[in-house]
Amino acid sequence: MQTKVNYLLRLGDNALILSQQLCQLCGKGPALEEDMALTNVALDLLGQTRLWYEYAGELEGAGRDEDKLAYHRDAHDFKNCLLLEQPNGNYADTMVRQFFFDAWHYFLIVGLTRSSDVRISAIAEKSLKEVTYHLRRSGDLIVRLGDGTDVSHAKTQAAVNDLWMYSGEVFAYDAVDEAMVAEGVAPAAADLRAQWLAHVAEIFAEATLTMPPADAWMQSGGKQGRHSEHLGYILAEMQFLQRAYPGATW
Amino acid sequence: MTTASETVAPAKAGVHAEQIWAWLAEISDPEIPVISIVDLGIVRDVQMAADGACTVTITPTYSGCPAMQVIADAITNALQAHGLQDVRLQNQLSPAWTTDWMSEEGKAKLKGYGIAPPAQQVIDISGLHAGAAVSRRAQPRLTVACPNCGSTRTEITSQFGSTPCKALYKCLDCREPFDYFKCH
Repeated sequence: MQTKVNYLLRLGDNALILSQQLCQLCGKGPALEEDMALTNVALDLLGQTRLWYEYAGELEGAGRDEDKLAYHRDAHDFKNCLLLEQPNGNYADTMVRQFFFDAWHYFLIVGLTRSSDVRISAIAEKSLKEVTYHLRRSGDLIVRLGDGTDVSHAKTQAAVNDLWMYSGEVFAYDAVDEAMVAEGVAPAAADLRAQWLAHVAEIFAEATLTMPPADAWMQSGGKQGRHSEHLGYILAEMQFLQRAYPGATW
Repeated sequence: MTTASETVAPAKAGVHAEQIWAWLAEISDPEIPVISIVDLGIVRDVQMAADGACTVTITPTYSGCPAMQVIADAITNALQAHGLQDVRLQNQLSPAWTTDWMSEEGKAKLKGYGIAPPAQQVIDISGLHAGAAVSRRAQPRLTVACPNCGSTRTEITSQFGSTPCKALYKCLDCREPFDYFKCH
């Protein structure tokens, strides 16, 4: 049971940390339409986070609800992949991070709709249309940035080169992931990776971007709670209120 | 304030589910007040137990829709105001809400309010799995009619609008910008 709780926390933590990062751009988007889009995507991800945490908390049975899981855990207890805690940077950095995540998330959620766990498949079914829309949007943006001006192309290619080493962690399965695959809860890594690579290659070709080698060395550790220095700052802001005023409610 | 001439009899056990549906149909969506939560397809089921407990099953439009808590509170308050003591809310995720569940009346009300209703039936979920759903080359070409002048010469200006369920469009004939309730 603890294994499934860990798996659910990873799903929730990925969505929450990316949501929090996107929220930082609220009111600061490069254009009004982008500002609205980023915050709406953040809202979808936050809603999905609540569904994952709610289930994790129930399974764990230790009295931790979604708020406790979000606000009362330290950095080493978070299991999000390192990609999601990378800084917003310039808009190419933000969108490449989003595209890498959305492409994985879409194929993962499709796989989870067939999960042997009916609660997980229901959450995946609920999320699928949202993540489909996210991926369409971020793929579209990558093409517009990559096949745009010389400056936007250069910045997008630089973002791809910088973030590529964080794109492989989602496919690096450990004992938790493998146990979920064995139980029919989660889709296998090899299938997801093949779908992800094919989709990224298709979008990059249209975006005139060069795809780094698929067998490049990849960062890892986030899933096991070993994070970069960025996560602490993200949590410091996100958790401030509950740290300063524990148990505060509306 | 209750007076001797109070004529509204408190509803108790024995209230029919149809009556509950009618009461629920009077509750407006907090974001789009012209449309009721029943028109929107949020209410999935109403069950009256023999002991008078009323269970209302609702489904969220979007996972993060902030209106859901407001809607849940509105349902509880409205039914209690009609005399039901024991109101229980149940959240149902599957089958996932789709704009296909929006009533024709609801779509007409949206249009009258200046929001273009969903332009087509949502494709079967299984159709999304082919990968065509996310391919840029297979993006659906929608004909969205302007809710102001009816022209179909419109174009999208933003994939998201004031809420997750809407996108922004503009009419190329009457030049009005408008909200479009996305197919979902």
